[in-house]
Amino acid sequence: MASARDFAESAERQDVRRRWALLSPALVIIFFAAVGPLFIMLVYSFLQKGDYGGVRWAFSTDGWFSVFFQRDIFDDTLSFADAHISILWRSVRLSLMTTLFTFLLGFPTAYFIATRPEKSRDIWLFLITIPFWTNLLIRTFAMQEVIRNEGVINTALLWLGIVDQPIQIMYTDKAILFGMLYVYLPLMVLPLYASLEKLDFRLVEAAYDLYATRFQVLRRVIMPLVKPGIIAGSILVFIPSLGAYVTPRVLGGGKNLMLGNLIELQFGQGRNWPLGAALSMTLLALVMVALLIYARQAQSRSLRHG
Amino acid sequence: MRHMKLGLAFGTAMLAMAGTAAAEGELNIYNWGNYTNPDLIKKFEEQFKVKVTVTDYDSNDAALAKVRAGGHGFDIVVPSANYVRIWIDEGLLIETRPDQMENFKNVDERWVDVDWDPGRHYTVPWQWGTTGMIVDTSVYKGEINTSAIAFDPPAELVGKINVAPEMNDVMSMAIWYMGGEWCSDDRELLKKVRDKLVEAKPKWISMDYGVIEKFQSRDFAAALYWNGAALRSRKANPDVRFGYPKEGYPIFMDSVAVLKDAKNPENAKLFQNFIMDPENAALISAFANYANGIKGSEAFMPEDMKGAPEVDIAPEHQASGHFLTPCSPEVTELYTRVWTDLLK
Amino acid sequence: MASAGEGRGVALRRTGFSVKRQTGFGVIAWLCFFMLYLPILTLVLFSFNADQSMAVWGGFSFRWYESAWHNQTVQDASLRSLQIAFIAAILATVAATMAALATTRGRAFRGEQAAYAMINTPLIVPEIVTATALLIFFASIKVSTGYTGLGYLIAAHTAFCIPFAYLPIRARLESMDLTLETAAGDLYATPWQAFRRITLPLLWPGIIAGLMLAFVISLDDVVITELVKSGGQDTLPTYMLGQLRRIVTPEINAISTVFLLLSVVIVTLFFLLSRQRS
Repeated sequence: MASARDFAESAERQDVRRRWALLSPALVIIFFAAVGPLFIMLVYSFLQKGDYGGVRWAFSTDGWFSVFFQRDIFDDTLSFADAHISILWRSVRLSLMTTLFTFLLGFPTAYFIATRPEKSRDIWLFLITIPFWTNLLIRTFAMQEVIRNEGVINTALLWLGIVDQPIQIMYTDKAILFGMLYVYLPLMVLPLYASLEKLDFRLVEAAYDLYATRFQVLRRVIMPLVKPGIIAGSILVFIPSLGAYVTPRVLGGGKNLMLGNLIELQFGQGRNWPLGAALSMTLLALVMVALLIYARQAQSRSLRHG
Repeated sequence: MRHMKLGLAFGTAMLAMAGTAAAEGELNIYNWGNYTNPDLIKKFEEQFKVKVTVTDYDSNDAALAKVRAGGHGFDIVVPSANYVRIWIDEGLLIETRPDQMENFKNVDERWVDVDWDPGRHYTVPWQWGTTGMIVDTSVYKGEINTSAIAFDPPAELVGKINVAPEMNDVMSMAIWYMGGEWCSDDRELLKKVRDKLVEAKPKWISMDYGVIEKFQSRDFAAALYWNGAALRSRKANPDVRFGYPKEGYPIFMDSVAVLKDAKNPENAKLFQNFIMDPENAALISAFANYANGIKGSEAFMPEDMKGAPEVDIAPEHQASGHFLTPCSPEVTELYTRVWTDLLK
Repeated sequence: MASAGEGRGVALRRTGFSVKRQTGFGVIAWLCFFMLYLPILTLVLFSFNADQSMAVWGGFSFRWYESAWHNQTVQDASLRSLQIAFIAAILATVAATMAALATTRGRAFRGEQAAYAMINTPLIVPEIVTATALLIFFASIKVSTGYTGLGYLIAAHTAFCIPFAYLPIRARLESMDLTLETAAGDLYATPWQAFRRITLPLLWPGIIAGLMLAFVISLDDVVITELVKSGGQDTLPTYMLGQLRRIVTPEINAISTVFLLLSVVIVTLFFLLSRQRS
């Protein structure tokens, strides 16, 4: 008996060792080229700012302080840094909307692809990704061609007589939303498709046999089953949206900053690296909160259904 | 696995290709994007048998941050006037003494004793220009030599103005417009500046780069922007004119400097001397449409640049142009706060 | 009630009721495809513009293709972009596949959650943060080792590509039926044999999806590349970012069109290969 248990234990230890070995390349690369340097950033947020960018190696909480508060430059009273907070809010709002709209468009699309005959699915998937084989800046320029005043949409609307004056889309929050929607759509469709593709339609059939309507089937059967895909897709879209930099700069006309632009400003022309670092950490914290909410939800869901 | 191998083979082949840069006679230039004439580079390469690589940056601060971090591999950088002092003070440049170089005699006296590099011990003029008002005169027929175009826009231009997203240019013009001095820390004044900017912003359509095609398509009817772009816009849309605000407008000059940790300092010095030759300087201007500060280069310039009002500042406008000296860190912080308030 | 409902179900099924159908989804999907292609088509169209504008049509011409062809900087930058994306995507996919196998098979082990979180960190860290952090970190390595090659860019790209490759592969693995693998084990197949003959073929769609995602993400990157690049390492996006400040001509459209075509050819090849296999 004892020897059998020893054997099982050593087999398990071996298995764990093997799995760490499998994990190691990914972990090492990520540690050195993504996670490790973040600690430097954290340290920087607690230093004094250098005169022309950079930092001076002395402890200071000024960076963190000015994320949320500001001394009025005119009468020295202390108040909330409403510039930072309204930029923060704009970023969160636009990112949530982007996630929602990519889902509303992406889910039916992924579903459509997943319900094609098996042979043609790859081709549909391929078609989804083709526009994304060209880089973000090019795509953003392309979007600009479509929504500008003399662009495709306005020309078509004028020609059809729906409007008699071009609609101003460029340089508004709508333009940023359009742009992010366009840019991040495949990040929603691909994971959704991965989940939908393995959906067992016998369950759907069973639901219909129990007199469920199409919407009920969608809501109560399909959605819960593809929830991992929905979560993955939403995370993939929400997070880059929150830190978006290029799209607001090109399509938003640079008039209204998002968080990514604000951080860049502090590392660039603002020359306040500790504030930039502290803002970055704030952004990171925000993302963590979002992830926690997701994780909670996913967990409670599985408990209720389990 | 087969595909993986195929991919890896392809990948390593491409990697190998990347490693074959010429070992001898190199020069690495770090310059603003779309600012370096390829013909100039070709000429330099042929004349000195040197392989030149040009890498782009899009702001002074990005370049500064990168170079200061070290390990960048560049030989030459082209900072703007007000930044040159920082580069020198931070000990990032070699004192190459361009003033003792053969072609230095060609430099216009006006650009020799500049306050960021008196007597030109470090830098050589690349191009200089001004920030002013580009206006489509078919839309607005009034006075264009005023910052009011951007800060108190006439009704015809409301909603059609673009402002360059450059803190220093916009802040300086607004401060002058409100009657102040650049680098002033007068709170009363800055409050007025902020209120004026915040009030004007809803009347702007955007704060963006890239105006030329938008003047052509008539998306923009006015812009606070650079003169070289104004000239190119006029070529695309004949109604476009460039105004020099009487309240004050910034002059910039980008200068060529050699980095302290350059790997090819000798080639870099050759390049400094090379571009002070009028014929070569004209090549610089022919590409980006800014003036260059080298005497005698006009003769080699393209026809449409000779005597262009965007490049040759008329005498009555000359007094209102100023260089932007670097402000103290405290003042920069104040300006950043006003700027953030504007962009929130 | 029951019989009425049953009657309805039967009736529906008789008239070609499809369990897969959802009203309006097809329309939305087509709308989606239309939306995806409209900007791209506009972009391609204007690459043939005789005029210097990206907005006003001035007749058909190849002039921007010619000027791009003679633009050495553009050629170098494009090649470099492809090269980095290719190497980074493959490295990332290999690492991600290994990691996905380690985190989905067998019992949970201590540290698995931490490893999972670590792999996904690049997803949650905004680019500009990583970029600045990397600038500082890599610069110190560059100074001490003197090596300033493409390795840094490849490492940075691989790191942020790993989670993008990992997600679809893991999703695929999680949904896979374990019985076949167990059966293979029962039939005395070595783990490697079981992996090659059973797991890998089933996993292949996930790997392809992961590879494609990683490739796209790497090609896309502007901010990190801009800060990590050394002299002469402009990629197409950073080259274009530099252009932003001055003027954008349809030359950019021409380059993009060529780039698009090239990528499509590569992906098609990959697709044909993987289909042939299955």
